[in-house]
Amino acid sequence: MAINCAMIGSGNIGTDLMAKLQRSPNLNPVWMVGIDPDSDGLLKAQAAGLKTTHEGVDGLIPHIEEDNIQIAFDATSAYVHGENNRKLQEKGVLVIDLTPAAIGPFCVPPVNLKEHVGEQEMNVNMVTCGGQATIPMVAAVSQVQPVEYGEIVATVASKSAGPGTRKNIDEFTRTTARAVEEIGGAKKGKAIIILNPAEPPLIMRDTVHCLTETEPDQKAITESVHAMIKEVQKYVPGYKLKNGPIFDGNRVSVFLEVEGLGDYLPKYAGNLDIMTAAGTRTAEMFAEEIENGTLTLTKLV
Amino acid sequence: MNLKGKKIKLHDNALRDGMHSVSHQFSLDDMVRMAVALDEAGMPLIEVTHGDGLGGSSVNYGFGKHTNREYLEAVVPKMKNAKISALLLPGLGTVEDLDMAAGCGISTIRVATHCTEADVSEQHIQKAREYGLDTVGFLMMAHMTSPEALLEQAKKMVDYGANCIYATDSAGYLLPDDVTDRIAALRAGLSNDIEIGFHGHHNMAMGIANSLAAIEAGAVRIDGSVAGFGAGAGNTPLEVMVAVCNRMGIETGVDVDKIMDVAEDIALPLMPTPTRIDRDSLTLGYAGVYSSFLLHAKRAEKNHGVPAREILMALGEMGAVGGQEDMIEDVALEIKKKSA
Repeated sequence: MAINCAMIGSGNIGTDLMAKLQRSPNLNPVWMVGIDPDSDGLLKAQAAGLKTTHEGVDGLIPHIEEDNIQIAFDATSAYVHGENNRKLQEKGVLVIDLTPAAIGPFCVPPVNLKEHVGEQEMNVNMVTCGGQATIPMVAAVSQVQPVEYGEIVATVASKSAGPGTRKNIDEFTRTTARAVEEIGGAKKGKAIIILNPAEPPLIMRDTVHCLTETEPDQKAITESVHAMIKEVQKYVPGYKLKNGPIFDGNRVSVFLEVEGLGDYLPKYAGNLDIMTAAGTRTAEMFAEEIENGTLTLTKLV
Repeated sequence: MNLKGKKIKLHDNALRDGMHSVSHQFSLDDMVRMAVALDEAGMPLIEVTHGDGLGGSSVNYGFGKHTNREYLEAVVPKMKNAKISALLLPGLGTVEDLDMAAGCGISTIRVATHCTEADVSEQHIQKAREYGLDTVGFLMMAHMTSPEALLEQAKKMVDYGANCIYATDSAGYLLPDDVTDRIAALRAGLSNDIEIGFHGHHNMAMGIANSLAAIEAGAVRIDGSVAGFGAGAGNTPLEVMVAVCNRMGIETGVDVDKIMDVAEDIALPLMPTPTRIDRDSLTLGYAGVYSSFLLHAKRAEKNHGVPAREILMALGEMGAVGGQEDMIEDVALEIKKKSA
């Protein structure tokens, strides 16, 4: 039996997420929540037979019990996530946070999904699109040897960055940098995001620079990077190693390209896919736990 | 061109844009000596930070010899009349960096975005206004959009709280008529209390000519750097600009003899190689590529054996924007693969 889900936020991320959830064997998208009745995301959700509201999370709350919503995805903005989360947790809904608010623990599936099993968490944070694309590579290097400093550069097509992302650009850099440290394993992290308006739009590009404490073990790092690429490709097939790892003294650099599935925005918007695919994979893991009884959702009073 | 009696404010960028030319390695003493000399020459506004601004120190752009805080704390207290500005690129620098710079006593913050992406500057411009800073919206790579579209972006920055808007020719690509069109569109479309500025690069030797076109079209702030010390073939050389302004009767308040001496005696000796229009920096202007890519492309040429000019042309074709320094090595590796 599939777990019923709600999506909060009918922008690029929420709408792309809907497509991913519709294909999931154990997640069932029931509600799409927006604030603009004319938003493309809400219209698409209605067409797909989902229930919708344009009154924000307050429009959903009264229906949570009758529709047995157990997991909600918040794809609004860092500024409103705290309040959305409070209201949802009062109803005992597990929240997957796709904003950079990061009030819950980070989850980057190929690196630390398993660590969330059995933790009874009611809110997990998916870092940022740039974080999902790059932290697996930082981790691939730090699993071989200590990384003194990890820096990521995420370049996304302007058309794929909605108003929420733009208003939250500081939260993006801060949250990503922190997760490069906490999940990637770098002692110090830095994140840079660039929006490129080229036409036709550029496919998402990500560059990862690691400075290792000692001379990099080129063979072991190269193998670790290739193995991690395969892990990410399991849920984002368009995740590609474009160049590298290249070595220059203690610097290890990896050049990535992330092509999406083209569910909502065209394939250039790999930044949407890597976020929504990671969120879906995380929710599927929790859904299994709910189904087999190892995770009991509790209402936060 | 009759510009007699016009009053403009010159803004020296040698201690920020010039950082690109020295791979961000100015010593504190270099910074202080040059800033003090510029102050004495009557330069009203001087920019001091890493070449990529607050938060710029990184693998991607190069680590600074000192932190921005160290540079600002060294320079700001030494100024008698000149004010100090800092640059901030959202996506790289954050509001926390702005807090730091405001605490160091800057008077001006320049919040820089690509010419079509002004809406990433909202958090930073709003915060700068809360601090009461002179707040400039700095629209980079202004050749990549139309004058009308540039105005729409400028209006967003004004709505957030900017009191001055720059058309920034980061690639040194614009020709005088292009500058006239952009500055005139901004002047006509923004209210009179909003100042307009122009930032030039000298890659096509248009620094002075473009600045004059900007003044004629309504710009009152003109960027440049002493001895042209800046990325690519440098910025508009300010000692030359002051001399030209004197001949034309444009008031700058800067002493032409003193600024010539700063150029010759302080700036030039700090340049690792003379700032000039070589084939690579000319390619920046010709192909419309971000000027600070220059040294990174030269380094990629050395490391991967692919000519810098070829790398820069490829970056121009792919529509790379400011900050995409990471693509330089990637493009070099791609060209190498294809020719293998």
